[in-house]
Amino acid sequence: MFRGIRLVPDTTTIDFIGKRMIAMALSGLLILACLVSLVTQGLNFGIDFAGGLLIEARTEQQADLSDMRQRLNALGLGDVAITGIGDTGRDVMIRVPKQPGEEEAQMAALNAVKAELGTGVEFRRTEVVGPKVGEELVRDGALAVGLAILVISAYIWIRFEWQFGVGALVATIHDVIATLGIYSLFQIDFDLTTVAALLTIAGYSINDTVVNYDRVRENLRRYKTTTLADLINISLNQVLSRTILTSGTTLVAVLAILFFGGPVLRGFAIGLTWGIVIGTFSSIYVAMPLLLYTGVRRESEEDPFTEGEQQQPDAGGKAKG
Amino acid sequence: MLYFAKWKIGLILAVVLAGIVFALPTALPRSVTADLPEWLQPVTLGLDLQGGSYLLLEVETDAVIEEQLTNTVETIRSSFRENRIRYRDLGVRAGAVEVRVPEAEDRAKADELLRGIDPEGQTVDAADDGLYRVTFTEQALQQRRINAVTQSIEIVRRRVDETGTREPTIQRQGDQRIIVELPGLDDPERVKELIGRTAKLTLHMVDHEADIQDALRGRVPPGSTLVQSNEQTAGGQSIPYVVKRRVEVSGDRLTDAQPSFQNGQPVVSFRFDSAGARQFGNATTENVGRQLAIVLDDRVISAPRINEPIIGGSGIITGNFTVQEAQDLALLLRAGALPAPLTVLEERTVGPGLGADSIEAGAIASVLGLVLVVVFMGVAYGLFGLFANISLLTNLVILLGALSGLGATLTLPGIAGIVLTLGMAVDANVLIYERIREEIAAGRTIQNAIEVGYRQAFSAIFDSNITTLAAAALLFSFGTGPVKGFAVTLGLGILTSMFTAIMVNRLIVVTWLRRARPKTLPI
Repeated sequence: MFRGIRLVPDTTTIDFIGKRMIAMALSGLLILACLVSLVTQGLNFGIDFAGGLLIEARTEQQADLSDMRQRLNALGLGDVAITGIGDTGRDVMIRVPKQPGEEEAQMAALNAVKAELGTGVEFRRTEVVGPKVGEELVRDGALAVGLAILVISAYIWIRFEWQFGVGALVATIHDVIATLGIYSLFQIDFDLTTVAALLTIAGYSINDTVVNYDRVRENLRRYKTTTLADLINISLNQVLSRTILTSGTTLVAVLAILFFGGPVLRGFAIGLTWGIVIGTFSSIYVAMPLLLYTGVRRESEEDPFTEGEQQQPDAGGKAKG
Repeated sequence: MLYFAKWKIGLILAVVLAGIVFALPTALPRSVTADLPEWLQPVTLGLDLQGGSYLLLEVETDAVIEEQLTNTVETIRSSFRENRIRYRDLGVRAGAVEVRVPEAEDRAKADELLRGIDPEGQTVDAADDGLYRVTFTEQALQQRRINAVTQSIEIVRRRVDETGTREPTIQRQGDQRIIVELPGLDDPERVKELIGRTAKLTLHMVDHEADIQDALRGRVPPGSTLVQSNEQTAGGQSIPYVVKRRVEVSGDRLTDAQPSFQNGQPVVSFRFDSAGARQFGNATTENVGRQLAIVLDDRVISAPRINEPIIGGSGIITGNFTVQEAQDLALLLRAGALPAPLTVLEERTVGPGLGADSIEAGAIASVLGLVLVVVFMGVAYGLFGLFANISLLTNLVILLGALSGLGATLTLPGIAGIVLTLGMAVDANVLIYERIREEIAAGRTIQNAIEVGYRQAFSAIFDSNITTLAAAALLFSFGTGPVKGFAVTLGLGILTSMFTAIMVNRLIVVTWLRRARPKTLPI
């Protein structure tokens, strides 16, 4: 019978809370940089939101990008961006900005590009989004992310107490801004799948936060005299092994998508990878210290799922009380 | 807690079995699944994986309203003339029909006539100076819009069916939009072309008295109109026609249209219903020697000379068609005209090549993700990691089964959702195992530690999964297409992983505990 390798020692006594100032300063700087970038550079909206055309084409021979650039830019469709993708040198991604005018103008542009490239080209993907739909998608996306944050925080508030709800709310907003900021800083294409990534990050980050909070809630009942700062430290150390294992498994899964999921999913996977890192960080350093400042009450309401605990002989826990 | 009731074990095994049964078709080759019943088919692939086109169309319902207002103008014109009511300024202005009746003695009759046109759907406002405004009620407008969209969906469906596309999806979205999904279509251009055309066919007499040069300068005789044609001069310019406004026969009287040949030229032969045949017969009898203009969507296709009366109700449309054009025109005429123009708001097409590549990439990412997670768990928890891995695989099977069984669509982001779920699914087991380790360390017995571990971890598992589920639900309601597919796999994955981590995994652990009776826990 074999047992697992302890990736994290059974008992750790890392002083998370003691280093919170450094962490919070780092986090503050990051958020500031993200906000500045968001305000000054904005997001690099893909065609889902900005409208316009996206064409992925495969040529018969090696694609001559500069020739293609010249020909397509001569069509008078504005700034046509052409990039080679994949490693065969035959695949190109063509982006045509939103055409002035209504929906018909976009379709006309698509036909113009297709006609210019001719018959020797395989059109592997074409997407045309008119101005009307683009605006609606922006609105729906923003609404979905906003609602998700609110619903999640409200749930935490109901299941825990308002201080936890506030902590979860701030931590989630922190993660959403930090992720938006990365997309803005590096001008990564921001499209519909990115919104999906944002919501998933919000869900994942909360998942992590909830596990930490759940332990704090339990310890609040168990250690009546410990200071809140010590109690948070005890809780974080208790769940540390789980935090590392779960972020580890999720991260390897997401990295598999990032490196092998193909170009369509790359932007999405970048967001998720970053989100898992930042979500884990915020669960420890944003959600937890906030409990110190909002002042959690010691007499928590009974949790329906742990009522049985009272009848059990309590071994007292391994951490010092 | 460590005791499993017989029925509970049965239920768990039944769910796992159902998962296997529903997931199985996805793993089998097409040749086998073709013979399986409809409820037992492989998971449906999204357009981004199997290739195909997604079109979002908007019905220009304003055009319908505009047309109805114009019709009302014509009705007012003829009824006022018939009743010798003097009027001025008749026309459509700001969404209403306006007409001025200057003579006070005409107004009572005018009022009566106006109110009689459509008493249900229109309201008539009269000003003291004799200005009448006829407007549609909000209800009538709404009804007409709904009708226009419903009719459009029907016509689009007929046209798509005529092209022979496999399993198209055509559905209404919102008030005036239509989603058309055409799987496996390599080049959507032709279908898009066919869907987008109004295909309104009317037959008019050419106005031989009118001078074409005058008409080009803007002097068109009343009752006639200038129409461009598909015929071209030697210099490549379109030849215009002056045709009478009066519609001799309209395309909705057609019962059939087929492509055929005449003197080696592709043509379209057609047949009218009995009323259409009578109108067509009358028109051709009274106008022998004149030209009959065949007008499609405000362009003259051709204007053949009537050599003799055509009584039988069938005829042919000539025009410089290619074979394809003749086929398409026949198709459009058979399927009927759209009540309003359609605009393509959004188009997404994925070729079959990219779809196949995406499936491959998705499969590689999934297998790799799974292997990495399995190794990770094995290293971290040893035997218990193996237990967790068995429940993880069970989770994958049940998730695939649920996707197939519920008829959900698997998209590329959906595959990403599955991979992500694999990573996150082990969280429940990690929580439980960590808890068991803690309880062991705290001095509990094996039995006791396992029991408490499962129970204590439950609230964290439950709360954390509910919140992710909420995010998935929002994504489902706001997302479209591929993103919706992601929401589905993420949401279902959370549910199935909770089931496997809590029920399946515990069943395995408890069974092992009974059989092996271990002195220490290898965790």
